[in-house]
Amino acid sequence: MSPAAAAADASTAPAGDVVVAVRDVHYAAGGRPIFDGLDLEVRRGRITAIMGPSGTGKTTLLRLITAQIAPERGHVEVFGEDLATLGRRGIYGLRRRMGMLFQNGALLTDMDVFENVAFPVREHTDLPDSLIRLLVLTKLQAVGLRGAAGLMPAELSGGMARRVALARAIVMDPEVLIYDEPFVGLDPISLGVIVRLIKRMNEALGITSVVVSHDVHELATIADDSYLLSAGKVAAAGAPQQLRDSNSAAVRQFMTGSADGPVPFHYPAPDYAAQLLEAGER
Amino acid sequence: MSAPRPGSYLLGGMRRLGSVTIFLVRLLIQCVPALARPGLLVQQVYNTGARSLIIIMLSGLFVGMVLGLQGYDLLQRFGSEEALGIAAALGLLRELSPVITALLFAGRAGTALTSEIGLMRATDQLTAMEIMAVDPMRYVAAPRFLGGVIAMPLLTAIFSLIGLYGSQLVGVQMMGVDRGVFWSQTQGSVDLHDVNEGLVKSLVFGVACSLIAVHEGYHAEPTAEGVGLATTRTVVASSVIILLLDYVLTAVFL
Repeated sequence: MSPAAAAADASTAPAGDVVVAVRDVHYAAGGRPIFDGLDLEVRRGRITAIMGPSGTGKTTLLRLITAQIAPERGHVEVFGEDLATLGRRGIYGLRRRMGMLFQNGALLTDMDVFENVAFPVREHTDLPDSLIRLLVLTKLQAVGLRGAAGLMPAELSGGMARRVALARAIVMDPEVLIYDEPFVGLDPISLGVIVRLIKRMNEALGITSVVVSHDVHELATIADDSYLLSAGKVAAAGAPQQLRDSNSAAVRQFMTGSADGPVPFHYPAPDYAAQLLEAGER
Repeated sequence: MSAPRPGSYLLGGMRRLGSVTIFLVRLLIQCVPALARPGLLVQQVYNTGARSLIIIMLSGLFVGMVLGLQGYDLLQRFGSEEALGIAAALGLLRELSPVITALLFAGRAGTALTSEIGLMRATDQLTAMEIMAVDPMRYVAAPRFLGGVIAMPLLTAIFSLIGLYGSQLVGVQMMGVDRGVFWSQTQGSVDLHDVNEGLVKSLVFGVACSLIAVHEGYHAEPTAEGVGLATTRTVVASSVIILLLDYVLTAVFL
C-alpha cells in the first residue's frame, strides 16, 4: 500500500474499529443449515464485499445483521452491541443508524419519489417542510434524480428505482449502508452509475458499506475487504485481488465462473444411464 | 399424499385463532399512536369507506325495494299493509343493513386491504419500513384497521337510510300504502334499542372484517399465488364469521 493510501486509510478506518461483527453464527432455515460457524467483521469507513454463489445465505446474512432474524447460536454485534441483548426499541435505535438498499428498491408505491425519500425524515423528526424539502432535494441531486421528484415509483426504470432507494437510504445520514445485490438486472450504464455512487457515498460521506453480491468484477473495482461465503462458512477473506490469486478450488471456481468444481454443475441425481434405461413415467 | 389426520384441522384452526388474537392485541396497542395521525386515518376511511359508497348505496336501494315488494305481499294477506314501514325499518336496522353491508365490505374493501398489504409484503415495502425503524404495524396495519372499524357503522347507516327509501318507493309510490301511515308507524315503533342493535352489530362486524383483512394481508405468503390465496381467505373467513357473529349478537339482543 502506498504511504498516501495508508494515510487515507488511517484517517477513515482506525484499527480495530469494527462496526459489524458476526461471531460463530449458526442458522438453519426449514431444516437446511445455512450458516455453520460463520465469522466476519465489517470495519468502519470501508467497503466490505460479501460474495458467494446463489443460495449461500447472503441475504440471510443481511437479515441477521439488521436483526430481522436471530441466529440459533453465536452472536451478531452491530456498533458494539449484541443484537440478542437488545429489545425492540434498542433494535429500532440501531436501525436508525443504518440504511439498506433493497434489491428491487422496495419504494412505497402509494407515494411519489419525493415523498419516498422524505418518508424516514417525516417519521423520525419534526423538521419543518422547508427543511425537509432542502434535505430531500440534496439527496436526490446526489443520485442525479432531482428532476424525477414528482414521478411515481411505477414510472421509474429498475436503475432509477434503485437510485431513489439509495437516496432514501442516505437521507437520515446513516453510519452503515447495506446493499442487497445492487447490480442485479441493470444495464451497463445504470450499473456503472450504481458502482460510482456506492464508491462516492463511501468516500464523500464516510459511510461504512456492506455490499452483498455475486458480481465479482464490479465488486473488485470498489471493495476494500471481501468475504467469499461457501457451505455456511467464510471460504476466503481479504482484498479482492487476494481472493483472485487464491489457490483454493472453491474460491477459484467462483472467481472464474467455471461451471463445474466444488460446486457441482449437476443437482444430485440417480445414475444417468440407469435412469434412462429404466421404465417409468418420468 | 396421505390424508391429513382429523385432529390436524382442529389444531390448525386453533393455531390460526391464536395468531389472530395476538395480532389483534398488537394492533390495538398500535391504534393509540395511530389515532394521533388523523391524516393517515382519514385517508384509510376514504379508501375503505368512501370507495365502497356506490356499491353500498345501490345494494341498499335494491334490498329496500325487494323488502317493500315482499313485505307488501305478505302483510296484505293479513290486511295490515300499513305495517310495511315497521317491517322494513326493523328488518333493515336490526338485521339486513349490518349483515349485507359487512358482506359487501368484505368483498369490496376487505379484499382491497388484503391484496394491498400482501403486495407491500411481497415487494419488501414492509421490510423496508422495518429497516427504516418505522413499525409497519403502526404505519400500515393500524390505520387500515381503524379506518375499516370507523367506516363500517357509517356505511351501515347509509345502507339503512337508502333501504328505507327503497321500500317506501315500492310500498308507497307503487303499491299505494298511505305515506303518512308508513312514516308514522315507522317513527312510532322503532326505538333506540333497535338502532343500538344495528350499531353494535356493525361495529363488531367492522372489527372482525378489518381484522381478518389486515391479518391475512400482513401474513400473506410473499408471492403472487400467496396474495391471491390470502384475498380469497379474507372473503371466505369474513363471510362465515359475519353470519356466525350475527346469530350470536341477535340472540344476545333479543
